[in-house]
Amino acid sequence: MYPFTFTKVSDTAEALNAGHRGGRYIAGGTTLVDLMRETVERPETLVDISALPLRGVTVTERGGLRIGALVRMAEAAAHAKVRTTYPVISEALELSASAQLRNMATIGGNIMQRTRCTYFRDVTAGCNKREPGSGCAARDGFNRTHAILGTSDACVATHPSDVAVAFAALQATVHVVGPDGARSIPFADFLLRPGSTPEREQALQKGELITAVEIPAFPRPLKSGYLKVRDRQSYEFALTSAAVALHVRGGVIREAKVAAGGVGTVPWKLPAVEKHLIGERPSQALWAEAAKHAADGARPLEHNRFKVELLKRTVERQLRIVGGTK
Amino acid sequence: MSPQPQAAVGAPLTRVDGRLKVTGKATYAAEHDIEGVVHAVIVDSTIGRGRITGIDTRAALAQPGVIKVISHLNAPRLVYRGNPESIDPPGNKQLRIFQDDKVLFHGQPVAVVVATTLETAQHAASLVKVRYDATKSSTDMASAPAGEPVNYARGDADKAFASAAVRLDVTYQQPRAHHNAMEPHATIARWDGDKLTLWDKTQWPVGTQKDVAAQFGIPNDSVRIIAPFVGGGFGSAIRAWPHIATAAIAARETGRPVKLVLSRKQMYFGTGYRPAYEYRVRLGSDRRGRVSAMVQHLKSETSTYENFTEGVLHAGQMVYNAPNVRQDYRTVPLDVNTPVWMRGPGFATAAFAVESAMDELAHKLGIDPIELRLRNEPEEDPSNGLPFSTRRLRECLATGAREFGWSRRNPKPRSTRDGDWLIGTGMAIGIMDVPRMPAQARVRLDADGTALVEAATSDMGPGTYTSQAQVAADALGLTMRNVTFRLGDSTMPPTPPHGGSMTMAMVGSAVQDGCDTVRKQAIKLAVEDERSPLYGADAGNVVVRGGRLHVKDNPARGETYGQLLTRNNRTHLEVLGSYTPGETRFSMYSYSVTFAEVAVDARLGLVRVRRMLGVYDAGRIISPKLADSQALGGQVGGIGAALLEHTVTDHRDGRIVNADLANYMVPVNADIPDLRAIFLDGGDDRKADPIGVKGLGEVVHIGVAPAIANAVFHATGRRVRELPITVEALL
Amino acid sequence: MSTELTESAVPPPTEHSAAPSRRTFIATTTAVGGAVVAGGLMTGPAALAAETGAAEAPPSSRVSLTVNGKRHALTVDNRTSLLDLLREHLDLPGSKKGCNAGACGACTVLVDGRRVNSCLTLAVRLEGAEVTTVEGLADGDGLHPLQQAFIEQDAFQCGYCTPGQIMSGVGCIQEGHTGSADEIREWMSGNICRCGCYVKIVRAVEQTAHGK
Repeated sequence: MYPFTFTKVSDTAEALNAGHRGGRYIAGGTTLVDLMRETVERPETLVDISALPLRGVTVTERGGLRIGALVRMAEAAAHAKVRTTYPVISEALELSASAQLRNMATIGGNIMQRTRCTYFRDVTAGCNKREPGSGCAARDGFNRTHAILGTSDACVATHPSDVAVAFAALQATVHVVGPDGARSIPFADFLLRPGSTPEREQALQKGELITAVEIPAFPRPLKSGYLKVRDRQSYEFALTSAAVALHVRGGVIREAKVAAGGVGTVPWKLPAVEKHLIGERPSQALWAEAAKHAADGARPLEHNRFKVELLKRTVERQLRIVGGTK
Repeated sequence: MSPQPQAAVGAPLTRVDGRLKVTGKATYAAEHDIEGVVHAVIVDSTIGRGRITGIDTRAALAQPGVIKVISHLNAPRLVYRGNPESIDPPGNKQLRIFQDDKVLFHGQPVAVVVATTLETAQHAASLVKVRYDATKSSTDMASAPAGEPVNYARGDADKAFASAAVRLDVTYQQPRAHHNAMEPHATIARWDGDKLTLWDKTQWPVGTQKDVAAQFGIPNDSVRIIAPFVGGGFGSAIRAWPHIATAAIAARETGRPVKLVLSRKQMYFGTGYRPAYEYRVRLGSDRRGRVSAMVQHLKSETSTYENFTEGVLHAGQMVYNAPNVRQDYRTVPLDVNTPVWMRGPGFATAAFAVESAMDELAHKLGIDPIELRLRNEPEEDPSNGLPFSTRRLRECLATGAREFGWSRRNPKPRSTRDGDWLIGTGMAIGIMDVPRMPAQARVRLDADGTALVEAATSDMGPGTYTSQAQVAADALGLTMRNVTFRLGDSTMPPTPPHGGSMTMAMVGSAVQDGCDTVRKQAIKLAVEDERSPLYGADAGNVVVRGGRLHVKDNPARGETYGQLLTRNNRTHLEVLGSYTPGETRFSMYSYSVTFAEVAVDARLGLVRVRRMLGVYDAGRIISPKLADSQALGGQVGGIGAALLEHTVTDHRDGRIVNADLANYMVPVNADIPDLRAIFLDGGDDRKADPIGVKGLGEVVHIGVAPAIANAVFHATGRRVRELPITVEALL
Repeated sequence: MSTELTESAVPPPTEHSAAPSRRTFIATTTAVGGAVVAGGLMTGPAALAAETGAAEAPPSSRVSLTVNGKRHALTVDNRTSLLDLLREHLDLPGSKKGCNAGACGACTVLVDGRRVNSCLTLAVRLEGAEVTTVEGLADGDGLHPLQQAFIEQDAFQCGYCTPGQIMSGVGCIQEGHTGSADEIREWMSGNICRCGCYVKIVRAVEQTAHGK
């Protein structure tokens, strides 16, 4: 680990000041410390933001939910409002990592977490994300866990977050504050596809700080849930996952929010699947038909071809679990 | 058989070191508090093969607190005189640390940084710039040439196969796997003049002692190994890997005690692993399931500098009574570090191939898998004609079938469903040979009525501290409270490696021998002592219970060890007990049968084990509570092997790409259902050794993976011949 | 029922090794008004600096925290993890390093009552924190009920993951995730046991949670 100076800030202005001078924010630290130890990350200054007042979970005026950036994963998952209103968020959180890590990691940090691509984590391997221009060792290497959607010639790394998949499905908004004031970024625009600049992962300006993630209100009842498929039963990143939220009224699906994880360079929203569901009546046939579109545009690699079929089946299964089989 | 009453042996005792372990007071290798210790971190090669052309240490040395950077450019030349007692692959060709500029595999240690703090040592190691002249490395067993085979043959297997009524010709693939014990390998090295002390993670203190002494060209007794606790091993700590010599070199060159702990990643190339195998089986049988021919071709990986082989041939020779068997076993030298034994070495690998093939044959013939095995059960060892010391496989099969509910099984694959899950059951046999090596133990009985028993063995988890004390307590006639067993120090009497399921049998036999001798000495002293109430009694009729010697049928006539020794002005009695294996006229193996029930998600391909049962013919069980834990642990390891574990190499440059616990999957708690172990009663095998123990640690793991694979077939109708069985194979 | 092995059963270091000190390069901690203060944690003896021609020490910070009820005021290298602080500097090696990457749970301790991975926790961030390690769990000679349950159920073999399992189990019970064996399995899955003692770990947590 490279040496770094450390400062703990007590208010947002102080944080932004430190961030503007090139300081690196640290919240839970579960990704950052790990990557610093691998020398993938080499910040010169760490800015501890854990004392900032960003810990609340509040209902917004419009009936949505605003989760403070420093709310820990465990707290967010256990929060009564989150559990009752958006089970997909609670489930995605509780299927992530381990109880210990969820006690440390925060919501803001979770969506900032970096890929688990082993070549990214190994500073002796070529990786355009870590070292632009050094090539992508994963593309022709061992790429079982890599992305099949949203990839580019430069990068095929998967975004590892589970809750980000739920946020993508629910069309959350990321609230940030920076030297030029506060702004809001639609979740779909917050995480960036690699394109030719895989080193750019979030739509944040230098020194900007996430303050909250806001989930919009949906018509009630909204049934939702998260399914995570992985080799072992727990404590593993997703091979595939599906976040599904459905609003059914009068026997007809009025709202459908679907996204997939483990398959994309960013959490992968599935508008084609959603479109297929809207206006239809829940049935096993509908789930199967809609899920056929889940892997549209997929570009599998040597070791992750199975993800194409697995993704469709994952989405189909989760549509059934959330929507029932009537 | 000891005339002593057996009170401790066979009792379900808790671990004597339990309190130390649950309070964090058990001291593992890196945790010994050594004054003045500094930290060493190894720099690993980042190429798969080639030469080092330069090492720039300036940035590293500029770090405050860095004491030294050592590489082949400035390391002392070591002697490597060879250790004739080594169990390493023959030829004394072990990797010679920092002795030249050659890189033989990705991750080979090329330098070591020593600094006053761990943080500085780690950072400075990352600043060492090594230049290489890299050449293409060869790490893919499938495309590299194999060496000359080891052959075995009886009868004419090829002819018998060709003429068999039913034939099966299948090939099984098993991946490289890493032990991944929870404790990283670690060594603290300190020189006191010409004497070297190593606090080390080792399964064999005297083996490591002699290996290191040979490397440095110093007398064996100039090296002392201390290893009171070993945080798991499974075979990985049975050799003196290069980091041990590295720590010793660093300590010598800096004049300071040096602590060197491998990172989890470094354990993937800094220590050994279970090699990958390709195992082709051709089975020929008649229509009633009598196997007439078994032709087997095996191929496994090894390094370019050592030819690692293991006991992978026994199972295919002697589990079934086939008259015609032929085997050839080749190793493929690759640009990798050398493999090593891993739990159930060879035997677990063979079991997957042979037991899967038998299951395939059973299905092909329409015969129940258990019945097929019974039809091929030999009366004597078909590989050498020797009688079995004990072989209770039929009993294992019958007990297991009954307890598991095998008779309720619908033999048709893909016939049982529970919602989204397909349910299947499977079974497999495991065997493990009973290796025999000499062992010694020092027994000291003090006048205060307590005993200290010592042997240079290890306790990597099975409970050596407890079970050896149990043997000693009964043989001495003491309560457990008054017996202490110590281990983990090369100055203690030598023992075999703590592996191969040898510790209980061999060390236990030495302990019993020493304790019997001490007890008999005490009895002799008493019956010849006019002042003793036992004076004149028949020595053969005196027993000791609770530290009190008395006439067997007259408990009132006796006295305590303390009274006897004190009166005779003896502070203690002390002897060196020993076990020396004689020639044997028996075929000696432990046996197991594992039954597994799995659920396979019909659409998602996920496999989850629902329940498992192991039935064991492992000889006498000294410590049943601990044996149960060991058995369930072996099953858990088997679940990992069947469904999760797989070390992946990037053949472009020999880099291991999943060298961490987030990517090399081992089972977590949620993967493991209730598991059950049954030990056959009355299993003492006195032909194997004096205490009747055959060995347990391996056989509980062997056969688990094929039982699961066979259950997956039964659940899905799909035969997966490559481990681990992951979703790819079942979608 | 059996006798217990004590620390004295561990072979002592060879003769000349004197008083315990893994703190050679840390100033000795001294009790000051009930608090324990350590100074100059990282700077090290001047002789070393001279020997290596070293420049300035790596960035360090002062931090005060409580470990097992004992206050420490320390200067730490900013890079030092809580785990390394415990193991290398505070003579508390009960917390284990298994992967140093948050992937095994052997390092689990309680920080302000919550179970966390100490390997991913920078010590410099723990100003005012209360840390409990496995060494601080027992009440004098009386074991914590979960420690006792681990012994009774034989919920360990090599013992290396055990401190982390126990600290995690304490957290799991406090959190109330012990409603069923399956719930315990899931909420104890952040602690790998390579010896494979999961069945008995679940039983030990159950026994303790339900006061059996």
